[in-house]
Amino acid sequence: MSEKTPPIQATKMMKKLMADHFLALDRAAAEGSPKVAWCTSVGPAELLIAMGFEVYYPENHGALLGATRMATDTIPVANALGYSPEICSYLTADVGAFLKGITPLTKAYGIKGVPKPDVLVFNTNQCRDVQDWFEWYGRHFNVPAIGVRTHRGVGEVRDYMVADVAQQIKDLIPTLEQVSGNKFDIDRLREVVGLSKQCTEQWRAVLEYGARVPAQMNFFDHTIHMAPAVVLRGRPEAIEYYDTLLAELVEREKAGYSAVPGERIRLYWDGMPVWGRLRMLAELMNELKAAIVCSTYCNSWIFGAFDANDPFESMARAYTELFIVRDEAYKENYMLEHVKRYGCQGIIFHDAKTCPNNSNSRYGLPQRFAEVHGVPSLVINGDLNDLRCFSDEQAKTNIEAFVEQIEEAAA
Amino acid sequence: MFFGGIDIGASATKAALIDDSGRLLGSAVLRSGVDFTGSAAKGMEMALAQAGLEAGQVEGVFACGYGRKNAAMAQETRTEIACHAAGAYHHFPQALTVVDIGGQDNKIIKLNAQGLRTSFKMNRKCAAGTGAFLEEMALRLDLPLESLNGLAEKATEEATLGAFCTVFTATEVLSKIRDGVKIEALVKGLFRSVVKRVMEMDIFEGTVIMTGGVAAHNPYLAEMLSLELGREVLLPPLPQLNGAWGAAILARDFRARQLASE
Repeated sequence: MSEKTPPIQATKMMKKLMADHFLALDRAAAEGSPKVAWCTSVGPAELLIAMGFEVYYPENHGALLGATRMATDTIPVANALGYSPEICSYLTADVGAFLKGITPLTKAYGIKGVPKPDVLVFNTNQCRDVQDWFEWYGRHFNVPAIGVRTHRGVGEVRDYMVADVAQQIKDLIPTLEQVSGNKFDIDRLREVVGLSKQCTEQWRAVLEYGARVPAQMNFFDHTIHMAPAVVLRGRPEAIEYYDTLLAELVEREKAGYSAVPGERIRLYWDGMPVWGRLRMLAELMNELKAAIVCSTYCNSWIFGAFDANDPFESMARAYTELFIVRDEAYKENYMLEHVKRYGCQGIIFHDAKTCPNNSNSRYGLPQRFAEVHGVPSLVINGDLNDLRCFSDEQAKTNIEAFVEQIEEAAA
Repeated sequence: MFFGGIDIGASATKAALIDDSGRLLGSAVLRSGVDFTGSAAKGMEMALAQAGLEAGQVEGVFACGYGRKNAAMAQETRTEIACHAAGAYHHFPQALTVVDIGGQDNKIIKLNAQGLRTSFKMNRKCAAGTGAFLEEMALRLDLPLESLNGLAEKATEEATLGAFCTVFTATEVLSKIRDGVKIEALVKGLFRSVVKRVMEMDIFEGTVIMTGGVAAHNPYLAEMLSLELGREVLLPPLPQLNGAWGAAILARDFRARQLASE
């Protein structure tokens, strides 16, 4: 086994893809064609692509603001505007950045600002905040903010829920036709859903490399390489990218590489990444020889239900089957199944101050994992973007102590 | 053979030297200040002098606490969670819930009968219920920190303080002063606040042990927690030194494993 893991080469291709994506958006916004649609990360992107829009994902921008730590300066701007520090810090970071006239896209791609939307399309499966977020921009640009209101606390996904969401997606079409000037084409939608399905299956295959012992990729790698599955699904480039990445992973496994050299401990991560502290956390985990091999967050872009033959129903099902909208029993079973399959010895729950929807430690789940399933857990307090809510020292001590505990038990 | 432990906390640095049996030979407590490396060195020097030992006679030193990476003399570091657990189990070898109230954070550590940690919790990113809370309140009340325990103990009444946040509690305290509430009652109310913050952190099982500087200087807190829990709350011989003592125990056990494998 190699003690030094060389970087993943496919990353270069991904950087180019992302640059192309943002430059295309910038061009479209400048030229007024094709039209630009903003979409939530787990929104009906396939429909927008099929209707000929360039699609921009503000949550991706929010994550970039977090990862570059620009969010620290932009969140207070939105707070001062009346958007509480308690609400989604993607929203506050993004709106604050817009008001300050700054974006990480400038440094990365030479782009002056985010692409002006012609329409904003949300899906509240992530949370209600995305709707408020998009409505702010809708008012600012005087463009339509439309969307899908999802079911929440879903146990079994029932047909009536699927039918409802499918109808809501269909109801978006007249507005999208009007804004884009294009007629809806069911065959084009079938094609895009088919491409998304392929992308999602490849992303699943990438994530499965975390199940190898030692893991070939970890959570921190996943947060980087998930970008095409988030912003380019439904497009052939994403499939080409994951083909390349998967081929490289085969070779890396043969060469005996591992995500964390000398892996001793395997962990599951639940909740949002702490975008501004990914490097610090990755280095800490490397030092502890602990690999986070699986996460609820990165698994959220696996949409197994997509079916090109039945695009509306399958999109509705895929976007309702998501972990984030499910009930506690489903979440417990889902996590348990993954903890077992990936050989995790413990769970780190990130309780993100501004993301209650994606913080699953608040209703006794860690305690149930310990008592019922014998899986130890750690809850760290923090946030996805607002580093005012995160203490490096407390997080480090907590994680180190958790790894000590697991090692003691294993010895 | 002799072993050392150094616990560089947010407020105080503690050093402990033990022999093979775990008996304490020398110790020191000093302010951590801003030079953690210097405080650690000085603390160990003081402990060595008290024990009548030279640094070269010490087989191994482990460090814990926020400044654990700054202890130049330490071979290994462990978290203060591991060390408080080891220290408490050394004195009370049974299933335990250890409550460590530190200068900056509180910890609840659960151990099984074999001394293995089964879980732990630290307070959220907030100083409510920690030593810093009592320090801030002592300042607001213009009282020496060391007088709090005696005042709480002799209180015949208790002020009810409802706020969670240290700053809001300070405001509440000021309004109680305006209302003529006695200082003793206020201090007891503050102690109750610490006990409540600790109790809402976890479920208490087994024998409850209270460690850390706050318990060392305010043993009445253990009495109040005991009454609230309806079970005995015990203090180790030197609660403030418990983490450093535990670090030394871990250094000793580590050396024993090394020798066994040679």
